[in-house]
Amino acid sequence: MTEGQSKLRLASKWAALLGVTLLFLFPFYWTLVTAIKAKPELLTWPPVWWPAKPQWGNFAAAWAAQPFGTYLKNSVLVTLLSTIGQLLSSSLVAFGFARFDFPGRNFLFMVLLAAMMIPWDVTMIPLYMEFNWLGWINTLKPLIVPAWFGAPFFIFLLRQFIMSIPRELDEAAKMDGANMFQIYWKIHLPLMLPALVLVGTFQVLAAWNDYLGPLIFLNDESLYTLTLGLARFKTLHDTNLTALAAMTIILCLPPLVLFLTAQRYIMDSSLSSGIKG
Amino acid sequence: MRPVAAPATRLSSRFRPGAATPYLFIAPWMIGFLAFTLGPLLFSLYISFFDWPLVGEPEFSGLKNYTTILTDDADFIRSLKVTLKFAAMFVPANLIVALLLAMLLNQPMFASGFFRAAFYVPSIISGVALVTIWSWLLSHEYGVINYMLSFLGIAQINWLGSPNWAPVSIVLVSLWSVGGTMLIFLAGLKGISKELYEAASLSGVGKIGQFFLITLPLLSPVLLFNLVTTVIAAFQQLTLALLLTKGGPVKSTYMLAMYIYDNAFKYHDMGYAAAMSWLMLLLIIALTVAIFKFSSMWVFYETEVKGEKP
Repeated sequence: MTEGQSKLRLASKWAALLGVTLLFLFPFYWTLVTAIKAKPELLTWPPVWWPAKPQWGNFAAAWAAQPFGTYLKNSVLVTLLSTIGQLLSSSLVAFGFARFDFPGRNFLFMVLLAAMMIPWDVTMIPLYMEFNWLGWINTLKPLIVPAWFGAPFFIFLLRQFIMSIPRELDEAAKMDGANMFQIYWKIHLPLMLPALVLVGTFQVLAAWNDYLGPLIFLNDESLYTLTLGLARFKTLHDTNLTALAAMTIILCLPPLVLFLTAQRYIMDSSLSSGIKG
Repeated sequence: MRPVAAPATRLSSRFRPGAATPYLFIAPWMIGFLAFTLGPLLFSLYISFFDWPLVGEPEFSGLKNYTTILTDDADFIRSLKVTLKFAAMFVPANLIVALLLAMLLNQPMFASGFFRAAFYVPSIISGVALVTIWSWLLSHEYGVINYMLSFLGIAQINWLGSPNWAPVSIVLVSLWSVGGTMLIFLAGLKGISKELYEAASLSGVGKIGQFFLITLPLLSPVLLFNLVTTVIAAFQQLTLALLLTKGGPVKSTYMLAMYIYDNAFKYHDMGYAAAMSWLMLLLIIALTVAIFKFSSMWVFYETEVKGEKP
């Protein structure tokens, strides 16, 4: 390969990288710009790339346009409670599968893996009827309670992680008179921290971003989560672009902050182990 | 092992104190699985044989729901066609873009972590946010995308308002959140030994040859995984269809998942919707089985080289 060719290849590689990065980040920029534009700058051709005078007050106006404070409170509640439940239950079950040998274990684990593949569309109808029968429709329970029973994908990830922890640690604790629950609680749970951060992140994202669950299970506006509130706001006030953009940013902000903090765990630890396991 | 020994040890372990302990650990999942997965799944099958309104008395109707869906429901046939057409675009587009991005990232370079994060970050935001963001970008009259295209001499495209473009728009928006699939490809690419490429390079195999001779075969198990999950995702696509295009225009994005949703939660025809969801499940299972059957023709496991074929 000549030097000219390799330079060309290097240049095209960087052009592709920067071009794609621009494509992926531009929508975020555009949302921010839309949120701080003045009314006359919104529907123009050519588009206004940066407002003459950024209208930061648009955020406060958007916030006041709907009971977004209530939506936010509901979203936080659902996210927090479902994540606590998911971490406790999934790690407990994962420990059971990783550290015990019992009749039916492999069969049950196969069932668990198969359950990962069941599409939500099939269970949403009977789940609605079940929650209706329990009197849970129009409460936050359907969005919180199931998370306290573990989720197959998280159990699978955590089991893979526990299996990489040396069994000698368990044996040593047993010598000291610890029972299996104490071994799980005092030894494995702290050691699992990186995997728990990962599972917690995924669960927070799933709960915070969920739209179909709230859509189906909630009726009263006082119970709406942010996603449902924003979707309804869009249906009712499709032309109020600045408010929509401002609320979109508020909806995206927690996942973005969480991602930037937990990035290390998301990018490295899990994926290879999850796939190759 | 002697055959007589097996039942004896099983029996003794069953009566050993503490033999129930493992089941206590996995009990949360087992209860949850029965209450929120298997139970509902079977209940859904049960009610699919009934005329079951949300309010009022259910009435047994045998196979009537199924025969009506398959022979006398034009909306079902249309939404099935729309779904298959959508999947035919969605699956290859997502796999190809995810693989290309992963390959772009899988090179030694400066600031690789930044680029990886930039490509991945759109996939962590809510579908509702995707919808609000892209409905402006794709706006017919004032959208930035049409504005950029105008420099290439392309007339304004009615992305969301034309039956030909609306499904394409959903695919485009979904490509923005391709990051999860991309990361899985990237993990697979990182597992391929660099020496293989060096050896191929020394024997004069070019970059394109290396892709087909090394990358694709060694990546095929990962490709199989991504193929199956992407096919399932295509059939489940609901949020974008509900919010971005509302199934329209002229039902061009009225997919199966949305039709099931409408039957259940708009028309409250639970038995009919359940029957349809079971047909969809069977279709997904059939597709998955077919993919796995054919996978032996193109999926290559490294162990086969060492003669350890399972």
